[in-house]
Amino acid sequence: MDTTPQNNTPQTTAPQTTAPAEPQRSAHYHHSTDLPTQLPPRGPDMRPLWPPKVDILMTVLFAVAVFTMPIWLQPFGAAYPDLMQRFAIFGIFAIGFNILFGLTGYLSFGHAAFLGVGSYAAVWSFKLLSLNIVPAILLSIGIAGLFALAIGYVSLRRSGIYFAILTLAFAQMCYNLAYSVLTPITNGETGLRVLRDDPRVLDALVTGTSEVAVPRASFFGIEMSGMTGFWTCAVCLLIAFYIALRITRSPFGMMLRGIKSNQTRMNYIGFNTRPYTLVAFVVSGMYAGLAGALLAVVDPLAGAERMQWTASGEVVLMTILGGAGTLLGPFLGAVLIKYFENIFSALSDSTLFQAFSFLPDTAREVVVTIVSPFVGEGWHLTLGVLFMLVVIFLPGGLTEGFRRIARALRGGSGKKESSQ
Amino acid sequence: MMGNAVLSVADVQKNFAGLRALSDIDLQIEEGKTHAIIGPNGAGKSTLLNVCVGRLAPDQGAVVFHGQVITGKKPHEINQLGIARVFQTPEIFPDLTLLQNVMAPAYARRDGPIRLNLLTRLDDDKDVRLEAEHILEDVGLAAKRHDEASALSRGDKRRLELAMCLVQHPKLLLLDEPTAGMSRLDTNRTIDLLKRIKERGMTKVIIEHDMHVVFSLADKVSVLAQGRIIAEGTPDEVRADPKVQEAYLGGAH
Ligand SMILES: Nc1ncnc2c1ncn2[C@@H]1O[C@H](COP(=O)(O)OP(=O)(O)OP(=O)(O)O)[C@@H](O)[C@H]1O
Ligand SMILES: [Mg+2]
Repeated sequence: MDTTPQNNTPQTTAPQTTAPAEPQRSAHYHHSTDLPTQLPPRGPDMRPLWPPKVDILMTVLFAVAVFTMPIWLQPFGAAYPDLMQRFAIFGIFAIGFNILFGLTGYLSFGHAAFLGVGSYAAVWSFKLLSLNIVPAILLSIGIAGLFALAIGYVSLRRSGIYFAILTLAFAQMCYNLAYSVLTPITNGETGLRVLRDDPRVLDALVTGTSEVAVPRASFFGIEMSGMTGFWTCAVCLLIAFYIALRITRSPFGMMLRGIKSNQTRMNYIGFNTRPYTLVAFVVSGMYAGLAGALLAVVDPLAGAERMQWTASGEVVLMTILGGAGTLLGPFLGAVLIKYFENIFSALSDSTLFQAFSFLPDTAREVVVTIVSPFVGEGWHLTLGVLFMLVVIFLPGGLTEGFRRIARALRGGSGKKESSQ
Repeated sequence: MMGNAVLSVADVQKNFAGLRALSDIDLQIEEGKTHAIIGPNGAGKSTLLNVCVGRLAPDQGAVVFHGQVITGKKPHEINQLGIARVFQTPEIFPDLTLLQNVMAPAYARRDGPIRLNLLTRLDDDKDVRLEAEHILEDVGLAAKRHDEASALSRGDKRRLELAMCLVQHPKLLLLDEPTAGMSRLDTNRTIDLLKRIKERGMTKVIIEHDMHVVFSLADKVSVLAQGRIIAEGTPDEVRADPKVQEAYLGGAH
């Protein structure tokens, strides 16, 4: 802590309406012993804005919540690795997206391109370098970062809707290239997959042969199947969350929020804002690359459909649904959307008929006809409705909703906040 | 040209689609002085400041700051040279707290236009924080330091914006109607504050409609009407000038 004398010195400000004029600064720093001690000090007390302890506590709680998912997701029928690792992977995607959209306000509609690039890079690493996930993840993050640098450099020349359209255009270009000119790299519609006899130079160096019976990604011998895949994704999610937390608390993070709040002012106080937005763009692109790599880690293949604009739109929905600009919101949004996707897309007309079997036949026909467009293939319709409701009634996302509930609950017992 | 001119505007002209907003503007701002620019609405006062800070490019002429031509430079480059500006409609960060509003410009002054400090903590930069705290005390907003700036009254927003400029210790401070929308009491407090800055030797240009403010602060007054400087001198000289009275009393053309 600092050692200046004004530290811990409560300051009494005369009520503004009776202050004759601006008093000299030194007059603010007198000791007043007659103040009750529990009154918060109001001088330059230099208390940290975000105590490191709180950050650590938050990270630990987050870690506990993530690592106990196999337990507390059981009542929801979601405690199986395939779904939980999707929670983690898309959580990373959304947390990274939030660094760009939540902090700077630049809405990208093309982030799925980086996800796809990450997947391809990882699969190529599995084919050419090693089945070990470490080089694959590093390579994916690096290449996605380079793509983001190039696309961001051009797109960030514009803001608002023009920026969104530029990113969308670039992503669609990547998507189309993957199906046409770049098929030697992407293997077109078949998708890129790892083969038994791929060269894998690193593996060949270590073990003498690159051939394996079943090509499966591994972490120094530990194969990525079942729960191991989930644990790997969970560890990555935790690291991703902590880095995002640190960025949010950093001076850089504050500048990003300044850009969102008033870019003009940022320029007139002497900031060159372009490098700030570009770094935010690249970092969020790297997060997407990591998410793409993990998709390939748990299932070593890559296809261009991951780059489609619907995938870009989905991460926007996740972030806004959970609460853009908050730390936990994007993850929450990702979990909810992936959870409901899992439920709704599994429903079919026959399961609906069973579900509504308690109704008389004609009523059942009507209900099923109404409900069926919203499930199965049409689950995006449900998503659209949900999204509309959130944007209209809870523009701050679910996090804002929780905050409102908490405030309402506190309202009865603690009037302290309002009296300050 | 005078040797101690901090800023000189030379032969500047600016048109907006046929409207002549500024013509033949020549102006010297002297070191350590408070220079007021007054004039009726639409005279071109804000436009003149916009030319000075790089928001608008003049059609002709140049602005020179400490011997360096600054026309054509970007706003952040001009700010980094030491020019800060308070806008006519407050430009603050409504979503940030007051403290953060003031810390951001303090960072810009300390670290320059770009510093990508992603993984340091905001709370580690005690020097920046302390400076911001002191300025907030100075303008009388310290008690609200953790409030969001959007919650402030219009007058407080102006004071916050002033604090954001002062924290940078600029060589030249440009103020576009800093007391508009303030109560008489707040106006007087702002005048006191600006007087104290003057004692520290900061050069200021102030645009004001409130003659009480002008006569309390200004060493020199330039009168702008229809894009031209029609009079210049000490406050008393300008007050006595018949051309000025004509410009203000409806004889604007
Ligand atoms: N960006 C612009 N585009 C077109 N016209 C403009 C622009 N900015 C200012 N003007 C016009 O130029 C003239 C001078 O405007 P300016 O804002 O400089 O006046 P002002 O002296 O600051 O007036 P006020 O006291 O009302 O603030 C006005 O007629 C205004 O409409
Ligand atoms: Mg004006």
